[in-house]
Amino acid sequence: MAQYKGKGIFLICILLFGLTQSIQAQNVINGKKIYETRCLVCHQADGGGVPNMNAPLDGSTNVVGNDIGRLVKIVKNGFKDKVELDGYYYSNDMTPNPDLSNAAIADVLSFIRTSWSNKASLVTLAQVNNANKGNQKKNSK
Amino acid sequence: MKKIIYFLFLFLFCIGIFANAQDNAGLTLPAGFKANLFAENIGGARHIAITKNGVIFAKLNRANKQGQSIVRLEDTNKDGVADKITGLANYGGTGIYLNGNNLYASSNEAIFKYELNNNDEVLNPLSPVTVVTGLINRRQHESKSITFDKANHIYVNIGAYSNACQEQDRTPGSKGKMPCPILDSAGGIWKFDGNKENQTYGDGMRYATGLRNVVGLDWNTQTNKLYVSQHGRDQLNTFFPSLYTDAQNAELPAETFYEINEGDNAGWPYIYYDPSQHKKIVSPEYGGDGQKEGASNFINPAVAFPAHMAPMAVLFYTGDQFPAKYKNGAFITFHGSWNRAPLPQEGFFVAFVPFKNGKATGEWEIFANGFAGTIDGAKVTSTNKAKARPCGLAQGPDGSIYVSDDTKGTIFKISYNK
Repeated sequence: MAQYKGKGIFLICILLFGLTQSIQAQNVINGKKIYETRCLVCHQADGGGVPNMNAPLDGSTNVVGNDIGRLVKIVKNGFKDKVELDGYYYSNDMTPNPDLSNAAIADVLSFIRTSWSNKASLVTLAQVNNANKGNQKKNSK
Repeated sequence: MKKIIYFLFLFLFCIGIFANAQDNAGLTLPAGFKANLFAENIGGARHIAITKNGVIFAKLNRANKQGQSIVRLEDTNKDGVADKITGLANYGGTGIYLNGNNLYASSNEAIFKYELNNNDEVLNPLSPVTVVTGLINRRQHESKSITFDKANHIYVNIGAYSNACQEQDRTPGSKGKMPCPILDSAGGIWKFDGNKENQTYGDGMRYATGLRNVVGLDWNTQTNKLYVSQHGRDQLNTFFPSLYTDAQNAELPAETFYEINEGDNAGWPYIYYDPSQHKKIVSPEYGGDGQKEGASNFINPAVAFPAHMAPMAVLFYTGDQFPAKYKNGAFITFHGSWNRAPLPQEGFFVAFVPFKNGKATGEWEIFANGFAGTIDGAKVTSTNKAKARPCGLAQGPDGSIYVSDDTKGTIFKISYNK
């Protein structure tokens, strides 16, 4: 019996692993659709952006970095600040997406963080929920 | 064996030279024209100016590795390739113009004047005269292109710091401000005195308004008129998806080329020009539906180009080298689009606009193509994949023209073989 138990746990692990993988894949597939309808026009099909105008996402240290809260805020509120991004400035204002759900933001961030040459971690709904709480706290101060 | 290898190398070397001479630097040109690389990798070269001795000054968008933002290129041995390259200044910005021995260059806020000696060397690289200062630079459409009339007046574009003067810039459904407050200090062409120092808004005049972002402007010395090329508004489909499809946005609005008289209003942000209806259409931010016509007092373009291709520089050709049809017509560089996505991008070429009796005929043709470097006419899907993007234009003393690129910083020389 003990020997079966071991195999059972192993099988469950494999199943769970497969399940989480497919959920993750589904996140990225959903995120791709959102990217194509909302982001692609400026950030372009290859995520490379437009020189001097629209910031690249592919290879961007901010996009693949650990500050998920900042990424969530930018997707939600857009971006108008003059800041240097990996040595360059971009002049166009980014469109806000106030109507995107937290789940949709997690999906689109998961897509851009794992697409083209980007190999960062996926973004979970919990991370977006947390980031929004943090942003609300900051805003109410 | 050594001999064989030697001859093989010699053979390959000759083929290399032959191929380079034949491939016109990768460009497609009308019969009889040839192109070569005058310079490469000088940094993001925007507008260019050329002296009567053929020395080129290129204004870089931002300082290059040497920390310089104006590059001087001289072809001392006259083989068509720059062999003496130096530089000066360190501020970003895109405008440059030569007026006699005075070299004018712009940052995104100001215009400076340098003096050249008889060898076309800058006498005061560290201490230019500030001619104009304090011009608006709020990120969007910040570049300041310049040209001059024959009476030494400067014409400078001040781009609108907005896409369509919405209450919330680039936000779906956001209404246009009425009246658009940007137009008092941007969204037009301002005129200043080339001889005076430290001028700002109060010293100049708004020469023309309702121009979202003019990047190319040139004085037509034959007719004594200013001509400008405007970058039309973006993202009709993104912000008004119920009125415009992706396919419609890819063709709307026209990129426009205007003859400008003092006091003209080209209508931004209230209208845009629809190239298929040949009409000025009310912008959706101001209650338009894609059909409603705008006020008739806004000027019509001399030429309407396909949407989003970004006309960068205008050059009236006054040389004798090219065939007669080009004389007094206008060359216009196109940077290539980004807002045609998800459809393929277009542009990345130099166009020619024929003139008859001092007026544009309304027609235009592609003069030089292939800058994007795609193979077998493949389309560019992402703008940043284009190998070169045409920007500045200048006519050399021998009648050749030069085209700059701001991707890697190539200067192409285009000549005609009789």
